[in-house]
Amino acid sequence: MHQLTLAEIARGLADKSFSAEELTTTLLARINSLDPQLNSFITVTDELAVQQARAADARRAAGESGALLGAPIAHKDLFCTQGVRTSCASKMLDNFTAPYDATVVAKLAAAGMVTLGKTNMDEFAMGSANESSHYGAVKNPWNLEHVPGGSSGGSAAAVAARLTPVATGTDTGGSIRQPAALTSLTGLKPTYGRVSRWGMIAYASSLDQGGPMARTAEDCALLLQGMAGFDANDSTSIDEPVPDYSASLNASLQGLRIGIPKEYFGAGLDPRIAEQVQASIQELQKLGAVIKEISLPNMQHAIAAYYVIAPAEASSNLSRFDGVRFGYRCDNPKDLTDLYKRSRGEGFGVEVQRRIMVGAYALSAGYYDAYYLKAQKIRRLIKNDFMAAFEGVDLILGPTTPNLAWKLGAKGNDPVAAYLEDVYTITANLAGLPGLSMPAGFVDGLPVGVQLLAPYFQEARLLNVAHRYQQVTDWHTRAPNGF
Amino acid sequence: MQWEVVIGLEIHTQLATQSKIFSGSATTFGSEPNTQASLVDLGMPGVLPVLNQEAARMACMFGLAIDAEIGPRNVFARKNYFYPDLPKGYQISQMDLPIVGKGHLDIALEDGTIKRIGVTRAHLEEDAGKSLHEDFNGATGIDLNRAGTPLLEIVSEPDMRSAKEAVAYVKAIHALVRYLGICDGNMAEGSLRCDCNVSIRPKGQSEFGTRCEIKNVNSFRFIERAINSEVQRQIELIEDGGKVIQETRLYDPNKDETRSMRSKEEANDYRYFPDPDLLPVVIEPALLESIRAALPELPTQKVERFQQQYGLSAYDANVLAASREQADYFEQVVKIGGDAKLAANWVMVELGSLLNKLGVEIDQAPVSAEQLGGMLLRIRDNTISGKIAKTVFEAMAAGEGDADAIIDSKGLKQVTDSGAIESMLDEMLAANAEQVEQYRAADEAKRGKMFGFFVGQAMKASKGKANPAQVNQLLKAKLEG
Repeated sequence: MHQLTLAEIARGLADKSFSAEELTTTLLARINSLDPQLNSFITVTDELAVQQARAADARRAAGESGALLGAPIAHKDLFCTQGVRTSCASKMLDNFTAPYDATVVAKLAAAGMVTLGKTNMDEFAMGSANESSHYGAVKNPWNLEHVPGGSSGGSAAAVAARLTPVATGTDTGGSIRQPAALTSLTGLKPTYGRVSRWGMIAYASSLDQGGPMARTAEDCALLLQGMAGFDANDSTSIDEPVPDYSASLNASLQGLRIGIPKEYFGAGLDPRIAEQVQASIQELQKLGAVIKEISLPNMQHAIAAYYVIAPAEASSNLSRFDGVRFGYRCDNPKDLTDLYKRSRGEGFGVEVQRRIMVGAYALSAGYYDAYYLKAQKIRRLIKNDFMAAFEGVDLILGPTTPNLAWKLGAKGNDPVAAYLEDVYTITANLAGLPGLSMPAGFVDGLPVGVQLLAPYFQEARLLNVAHRYQQVTDWHTRAPNGF
Repeated sequence: MQWEVVIGLEIHTQLATQSKIFSGSATTFGSEPNTQASLVDLGMPGVLPVLNQEAARMACMFGLAIDAEIGPRNVFARKNYFYPDLPKGYQISQMDLPIVGKGHLDIALEDGTIKRIGVTRAHLEEDAGKSLHEDFNGATGIDLNRAGTPLLEIVSEPDMRSAKEAVAYVKAIHALVRYLGICDGNMAEGSLRCDCNVSIRPKGQSEFGTRCEIKNVNSFRFIERAINSEVQRQIELIEDGGKVIQETRLYDPNKDETRSMRSKEEANDYRYFPDPDLLPVVIEPALLESIRAALPELPTQKVERFQQQYGLSAYDANVLAASREQADYFEQVVKIGGDAKLAANWVMVELGSLLNKLGVEIDQAPVSAEQLGGMLLRIRDNTISGKIAKTVFEAMAAGEGDADAIIDSKGLKQVTDSGAIESMLDEMLAANAEQVEQYRAADEAKRGKMFGFFVGQAMKASKGKANPAQVNQLLKAKLEG
């Protein structure tokens, strides 16, 4: 039963092949027996899950239907879940029980989804290896000595290991797409403003966006349908109608113009990944797509701009964790300054502290223009590059990551090397564009992902292309050994 | 050395919105601690601000009233600093692009001249909570009811040259925000607070001296005293060969002195940057026009109208228009009582001193505008004299009813029957025969003085009820005759 996709689960629940409760208890048992190898969950919500499953079965018995009714899900542990610890994988929030539900959590619960638990992540979503978690690193199910990527590494590992059919993730610089690529999943970062950020604990507000992680594009379409939409509680959420993402999955790709940015295939890209990407391009050509080379000239500045803007916003967003109202408080503070310094010094991990320091520095008097404002200018240039490119193409395609999943600890002492892993993903965050990573092969038994980028609010086009690709390939159906 | 004082003010006005600036919590003053603090006000992880449009509308009203440019696209920024009553570790404020730009306000000085004070800008921001240092066994309590209350911070140009001018400006702002209905103006509850930037320079010098900022002064009287004591401190410091250091100071009303709070070097680097959780606020021209059309009559417009419509002096018009409530009260009295000058006098003098004595505002006056207007009618139709009117007014203030009822029950109706007055006068003159003789023997100058004595005796004899004009006329005839 654990091999079923979300779409298959929906059909199975609809034709009463199994109940939500049976499915839930199966998966809970599976998490119980297998997750110790992976460490993909921080909290398993057994009781809540069984309750929700029974309620979903009752709703179905009463005549209700719906693709998500009774389907299990896991939430990245930065989505607030009422009455459940929401830790952001930080010692700072180890004792924090959220007093409310994030909009995403509330919407999916209302649609009848069953919350299996809260997944591990990089602390406060800062990282691309899931090694900065207070609860320990997450292992990649494809090779337990390797990282699953981050920051949504727990969600990625849990879905890849068939502990849950789908999970939520968040993507600030690639945190859905990169772990999806490294674990052979389909992961979608929607257009900025498409999914509400209310209750999604912020890392960098202008870049953060929640999205679905699943094995197939079809599942991402079903889950995104439940997540997307305007929310009056989020001023940056956009009041655009939500299309039926499943309706256009099978649309023809005949004549679809796909742009290949030459900058995505330069130095730094593992040639074996490049080969897999080329193969996926050929598959899409066979499906009728037309390939064009394009240029995104300002891409080279993206990492520098990102690592100013994201830490700057983070330095301010994380100020509320001060030991006064909630979260970690140091023992016996001798005065207010001591309370602040020790609560934050002891409560935050090294990478979080590093980004807070970098961000505070970039915003300081005398440095603001040189760093923050300059970075915002680069951000505009990057956006303009995309706008120009999308005048000639419908979609942009390239590798999701420059490297395969690396060994645990391999980049632990070199933050800059880790930052460079985001090179292909962060431009979509800076520009606010939707992006998707889909499975596109394996090298040495480790997954390779291909990234698709589309114009604003064209999530349906991304899902359509990925779905058509998945009709003619089987990368997404393969399961890691032992799972 | 002749010193010139230079003052600029930052006035924080609490906007009278029903709910907070970025959350739906109520803004009522004086509730139980932390009962008006929502998830947003507590700065819970994951919460987001949503702008209360009413706060932006009120800021626009203020901007239009001081003839300012309204920022067509204004931006909220984060001011970052740590303090226990600042839940998010930053205050949402406005920095580079405020909602209200350059404007101005005219103030009336004591010598009757009008001075124009420049307003540099006014911006929206959220208030912090309160730290409570008592009753917590040495710890500090935090009340976040006030956190997120909308503030409009109004920053003036350094255009004021004395504490009196500063107070006149604050009073004008106070009156204006109350006219607009955007702030209750209650200074005791902190609805309007003032930071005073004070410097001195030798008369004739064009550069400014080094300024000190006196934080959070919250009454007109304290503003005047705080500025004067700070000016005195700076003069003494410089004349003793010292230098003023730029710093933030606090005024201690008990000692009537300011003392240092923190120097410029100790000041926070607030690391302002645009708040990514909020979109720029776009004020469409059509919205602005609809706000302009709905503006109430402003103090300066009212002063002008009072002079033209009621023939009041500029001084009287200014005093009456100082608050919207007083102006409304006055106009209601005129509407009923009919005589504007008489109404102006009663409102300013008798009612003014009554309110002063009771220590209440005009909206709590024990005599309503309707009652006072009704009494003026009785003065005008000679039912009572102006003197008796004071007795009637006191009775109304004591809650004894309307003028007519009081006049009736106390028998205060004026005597206008000539016969009755004449016989009363005859009696009085007979009782004062000696003075009558002296009067008749006296010259014109002395007679003038003595006449007053007889009038007084006559009024006393009639218990004040005789019509004074008739008494005068009849008495003169009798004495001369």
